[in-house]
Amino acid sequence: MRSRTVPQRGFNLDYLMWLFTRLSGLTLFLLALIGVVGALLLGAREQVDLPTLVRWTFFPNPNHVVNSSIPDVTLGWANAYWQIMMILVLFFGVTHGFNGLRMVIEDYLGQSISQALLRGVIFLLWLFFMVMGIFVILAS
Amino acid sequence: MAFGKKIGLQGLRYQGGGPMLAWVLHRIGGLAMVIFVGMHIVSSFAMQQFGSDLGTAINTIYESWPFQAVLFFFVIFHALNGLRIILLDLWPQFLKYQREATWLQWIVFIPMYGLTVFIMIINGLSGN
Repeated sequence: MRSRTVPQRGFNLDYLMWLFTRLSGLTLFLLALIGVVGALLLGAREQVDLPTLVRWTFFPNPNHVVNSSIPDVTLGWANAYWQIMMILVLFFGVTHGFNGLRMVIEDYLGQSISQALLRGVIFLLWLFFMVMGIFVILAS
Repeated sequence: MAFGKKIGLQGLRYQGGGPMLAWVLHRIGGLAMVIFVGMHIVSSFAMQQFGSDLGTAINTIYESWPFQAVLFFFVIFHALNGLRIILLDLWPQFLKYQREATWLQWIVFIPMYGLTVFIMIINGLSGN
């Protein structure tokens, strides 16, 4: 059994993803703030309940909800501004999440399996969910 | 053997206290959210493109209040714990107070989550 190597200083993947994790976390706070203001403004007309309001905060898209009462979608939500906001939430959320998955797996599996292979698989998964999510946003 | 190091139950003997609990919840909640968001994207895609019954069923479960109560626990905890990590990374001289910071985090978390889940249960039980 080998001990884990400590990441080197400087501009490498470990440092960049460390930085990205923090910055994307703060960005998601900002996007949630923008989203909740929009959801409150546009949802106030129909007295939306709390779960609907929060779902609408992050993802104002009628195709991902089933039973939520949604205020008139075409009026305020189906435009490029909210589509860009949704794509930003998707990008920062999914990238933050899959990088976290990579970190947890590498914590436990370390150098016992091929790191390049593992990172390739996680990259392909990330790409798959990004493309599928952007398709859902743009095709609605 | 696939695992490079021992990850048995000896870890439970480590007396990490509050910050260790926060670390564990941060990891479990993070992984849970990756699985949730991934399945939610796939099921929404299936619902939108093919009108899939399975996708609709999965999203109906995701919208039910018991699921949302668990999900909100992870999301709010992960957000507050991440904020604590960012703040302590920016000002490392406060790292010696990280146990107190963890307590402060619970003081913020409990009313925030408690109020949210209270409103959700009231809504859920009244049939909304």
